[in-house]
Amino acid sequence: MSDTVSYDLTTLKDIARSLRLDILDTTTRAGSGHPSSSFSSVEIVTAVYFGGILRYRPQDPWWPERDRFIMSKGHAAPLLYPALARAGYFPRDEIWRLRQINSPVQGHPIQGLMPGVEATTGSLGQGLSLGIGHVLGGRLNRLNYRVYVLLGDGECEAGQVWEAAMAAAHFKADTLTAILDYNKYQETGPISREMGLEPLAEKWRGFGWSVSEVDGHDISALIQALQAAQGIAGQPSIIIAHTVKGKGVSFVEADFTFHGRALTPEQAVRAREEILCG
Amino acid sequence: MRLGERAGLKPGAPMRDAFGEALLAVCRENPKVVVLDGDLGNSTKAETVRQAYPERFFNIGIAESNLVCIGAGLAACDLIPWITSFSSFLLCNAYDQIRLAVAISNINAKILGSHGGITLGKDGPTQMGIEDLALMGGLPTMTILVPCDTASMHAAVRAATHHPGPVFLRSSRVALPNIYPDGNCPFEIGVANRVRPGTDVAIVACGIMVPMALDAAAVLAEEGIDARVLDLHTLRPMDRTALVAAARETGAIVTAEEHLLQGGMGSNVARVVAESCPVPMRFEGLADTYVESADPWDMLEKYHLTANDIVAAARDVVAAKK
Repeated sequence: MSDTVSYDLTTLKDIARSLRLDILDTTTRAGSGHPSSSFSSVEIVTAVYFGGILRYRPQDPWWPERDRFIMSKGHAAPLLYPALARAGYFPRDEIWRLRQINSPVQGHPIQGLMPGVEATTGSLGQGLSLGIGHVLGGRLNRLNYRVYVLLGDGECEAGQVWEAAMAAAHFKADTLTAILDYNKYQETGPISREMGLEPLAEKWRGFGWSVSEVDGHDISALIQALQAAQGIAGQPSIIIAHTVKGKGVSFVEADFTFHGRALTPEQAVRAREEILCG
Repeated sequence: MRLGERAGLKPGAPMRDAFGEALLAVCRENPKVVVLDGDLGNSTKAETVRQAYPERFFNIGIAESNLVCIGAGLAACDLIPWITSFSSFLLCNAYDQIRLAVAISNINAKILGSHGGITLGKDGPTQMGIEDLALMGGLPTMTILVPCDTASMHAAVRAATHHPGPVFLRSSRVALPNIYPDGNCPFEIGVANRVRPGTDVAIVACGIMVPMALDAAAVLAEEGIDARVLDLHTLRPMDRTALVAAARETGAIVTAEEHLLQGGMGSNVARVVAESCPVPMRFEGLADTYVESADPWDMLEKYHLTANDIVAAARDVVAAKK
């Protein structure tokens, strides 16, 4: 039995489109959330879950040998839930309960509430360390799985990310792959203006990581980079995915202040048309 | 006079040594136990495991945030991590990580905060955990344990390891006298131990203040005051039954802790007592202050954490009953 799901490129693009619509619809319905940061990660998550990369069993969500996907940029929860639903972890209807009372579909992911949600995140900077724990645990338990961690770019301003970067190299965590959604914006403005990260690839190399860079909206390129990372021995790997914040909706791409707010129902109608045409 | 002497207690081992032995024992018993160190294993005594089970010991270095989250990741792999460092460094550097990755996630991780209180002594206030119990108290899912001697440390480490869910255990540096017979401490999480019966006043204490309270009770007995002493080794969940019984049966309570009065054991005991059976209370602990670098016993004296201070508080609260 194969534990990965691998669709052709046309289907993957359809999935990406439907995930974008789900992000739009669930955050608009909730009246809050982080649609633009979720949009920028859509192709990354599509490649990981549906491009033949992640090994998982939705009917046995805590299968000990599953590959792990940790959404360190927890504010992209509106992307995670529809992706997990699409993967088969829970019925799709659940996603409409995002941010509703008495719902496990929390605004930021909470471990233990929904199958497939590996970690509690939302205070940025913690996911990579959690991923190292899973790597070390896999070694002790003699299980062969890989660990994927999706980092935000603003998140890389947090010291803990670099504590983890140092430790992952120290432990030669070659089953660990980070994917950095480099959309170039943080909450209050452009990264380069607020707290510059460059030279970013050099920083990761300096910490002992294998670094590749891709267009983060090119699903084929992402799959290729993720496959290449699986072959790297003796060091952790990071894929710096260059993305566009708000990708798929022109007026969201043009306005970084959509970071922490939902679209109005009127804006959502326009956004839907753009996503469907995109 | 030596701590515990007036109560007739025999000298015991440093709590951190007891922790190191207890940790090694649970590692021996349970292959799922793993130990994470913040480069202080020689001080916390977690290093006992490094020597015996090197593959299950990880020094994460001087990076407490990373330390806590790597531990949380290991817990998610069905292992039982003991995350160890000084309580001040863990709580103050990695509170956010403990909150999200351990407490909100409600995972099966154990946190050892050593060098709690002021009795680490000469290294001074930057290293002291005098607010650790209040901070841990701010995390709703966290069980909080404060053992008071070697036997209770062994029992607490074992109980914490078996308990499903987050546990904080406070350790300290100094030697404490033996209150419980070797290897024979009744220890049920959430059930206080009555280590001395009494009907005139109840002294509720944890950690080093338990032998202090027993010394105080010996002095009070000479004055005709019959003091009950409760070892409140679990701060959460708190033993409401024992506290309400103490209030009802003695009519006066003194609390004693090596911690800030603000948000520590005493204020939580007061909430239970006020709700269920209000009686006069007095509180021994650190008033709003940081202490200094000095000999632990000199500081306990200066900052009013001695048996004599408990005696004075007990006299005062007994007088207030009338």
